[in-house]
Amino acid sequence: MNAGTPLRAWIEGIGVIAPGLPNWTATRAVLRGEQKLAPAPSILPAPSILPPAEARRAGRVVKLALSLGLEAAAHGEADIAELATVFASSGADGYNCHALCEQLATEDRRISPTRFHNSVHNAAAGYWTIGARSMAPCQFICAFDASFGAGLLDAMSQVCVEQQRTLLVAYDSEYPPPLHAKRDTCDCAGIALLLNSQRSERSLAELEVAMSADPAHELADKVLEALRRNVPALRALPLLELLAREAAGATCIDYLAPQQLRLVVTPC
Amino acid sequence: MAVTPLLLSAYTTSTCLGRGNAATLAALRGNRSGLAPCRFETVDLDTWIGEVVGVDDQSLPDFLSNYECRNNRLARLALETDGFAEQVRAAVARHGPARVGVIVGTSTSGILQTELAYRQRDPVTLALPDDFIYGTTHNPYALAAFIRAYFGLQALAFTIATACSSSAKVFAAASRQLALGTLDAVVVGGVDSLCLTTLYGFASLGLTSAQACHPYDATRDGISIGEGAAFALLERCMDPPAGALLLLGSGESSDAHHMSAPHPDGLGAKLAMQRALDAAGLAPEAIDYINLHGTATPANDSAEGKAVSALFGDRTPASSTKGATGHTLGAAGAVEAVVCALALTQDFLPGSPGTESLDPTIPIRYQLRSARANLHHALSNSFGFGGSNCSLVLGVAP
Repeated sequence: MNAGTPLRAWIEGIGVIAPGLPNWTATRAVLRGEQKLAPAPSILPAPSILPPAEARRAGRVVKLALSLGLEAAAHGEADIAELATVFASSGADGYNCHALCEQLATEDRRISPTRFHNSVHNAAAGYWTIGARSMAPCQFICAFDASFGAGLLDAMSQVCVEQQRTLLVAYDSEYPPPLHAKRDTCDCAGIALLLNSQRSERSLAELEVAMSADPAHELADKVLEALRRNVPALRALPLLELLAREAAGATCIDYLAPQQLRLVVTPC
Repeated sequence: MAVTPLLLSAYTTSTCLGRGNAATLAALRGNRSGLAPCRFETVDLDTWIGEVVGVDDQSLPDFLSNYECRNNRLARLALETDGFAEQVRAAVARHGPARVGVIVGTSTSGILQTELAYRQRDPVTLALPDDFIYGTTHNPYALAAFIRAYFGLQALAFTIATACSSSAKVFAAASRQLALGTLDAVVVGGVDSLCLTTLYGFASLGLTSAQACHPYDATRDGISIGEGAAFALLERCMDPPAGALLLLGSGESSDAHHMSAPHPDGLGAKLAMQRALDAAGLAPEAIDYINLHGTATPANDSAEGKAVSALFGDRTPASSTKGATGHTLGAAGAVEAVVCALALTQDFLPGSPGTESLDPTIPIRYQLRSARANLHHALSNSFGFGGSNCSLVLGVAP
């Protein structure tokens, strides 16, 4: 197999949360041009798989990641306990990180144990496996601005090599000041894809992924294009545009210069 | 499903035991520990740590000055040891820069840089100092990006950050990319460096010992945090020469139990070990040595011991080497893979410095002192917060 040979999977479910885009149904309508994007802060539901008290206490990143995964899994009618998961994000919980670093810069360095265990990058992934009662492999990947592409490549490898139905959850969140001045992610946002190694009655589209040197596809809508550029997980928006239109086609998304990812979508 | 073995064509580790494989081997054979009472930075905690000598004497090449932080300095120290960097450059010459990937693990990357920056905030605006760069120091990807830039690579690169299983899981992820043919060689490994977040954080959970940690001891009372780096160059190899070191299989699982405590019966740990054995196509009897996760917390060693006992009984020699290196967190998986590599190629069973009176409630064959032995297959366990588990099976080609 050479560098040009595509990786293949079938998409069975999609989840989206972004500013003005509360779910895949709303996103699909906007990407099809049927609805105008109304700018609004991202809405983060309390994840249904956590006990109510824990769901309320959960940080924004946990709410975001779990809600994205649950939407895609429900779309594909999947048993969440059986799914391998790949969580991909350009960072962690910025508020938690800020609170820890602020406390550690004072005389009293006795940080909260809960803050500490929530500081691990796989915190949302850990809450997912607990809530989903899943003993399947669970991954957390970071490649900064290239995190969506990196997560997709690992998820595709689990689908293609392990023949494992895999849920990819790519998400990012804003950082509070003073970190915000160093990393300007605008809001919580992300996308989730449920991927299978075979076509099934639940398949929405076939997806092929290959390395490419082409420039990334840009979105015509200025607000969507700004989101694509600002939020690493939303580098996937050109893929969602193809999926929304339910037409066969190819697109290119940003990965890690000089490598980009060429995606070919064939609706089922 | 049994997988095709992969060649570890080069490997190296640097921890508090010393810089490189020879220093590590001598310390392990001599049952020496590198742990010492904590004197790191301004940390005021009654605990022991494993500090790597000379990290801050390293400096990064000028064109990589944006990456300056303790974690990347430790990465460079390790890359330039045991001829590892030369082996990577040779692989790049063989395969091309677009065919050599980087998949590495860390838990805290260069967070120390952010901790220090928060002490230098502007008193009025509270802004962080101008020279603080988040993306190339603190961000988890900073480690993979540094290595990719250091070798001028153009292929896939990412960081796995699943706490203390991170740099075991990199071997599994790299195996999949090599199986798909997206890459011809992968720099895998892990680097974690001392910082206030983990020292004060594990202390806040009551998980740090006031002594040097003593895994699987009846009196064990917590971890000793260490820093460390380890790397391996992973490649496909159709016909490995006799004595070559191979990755035979890996297994990943989740506990689905608790964020910072293992499943009490080690169910996730057992599943990871079983999956690694299945991937290697080996029965438990074929394993000659187990490098345990063995953090020396009461809960970890008890849970892991149950899982090992359930799969291996009390036949297979097993030890935790964290009494020697400390718990190197996100680097532990790679450090201990190299410990297994040394055991397999240098014919010895590593012991467990600091452990004196074994916990009688854990019915496994625990190796207290290093011993000569001819090994064919070794298994290494790494488990992390979030209930993230990974086991690796390594072996020597017959």
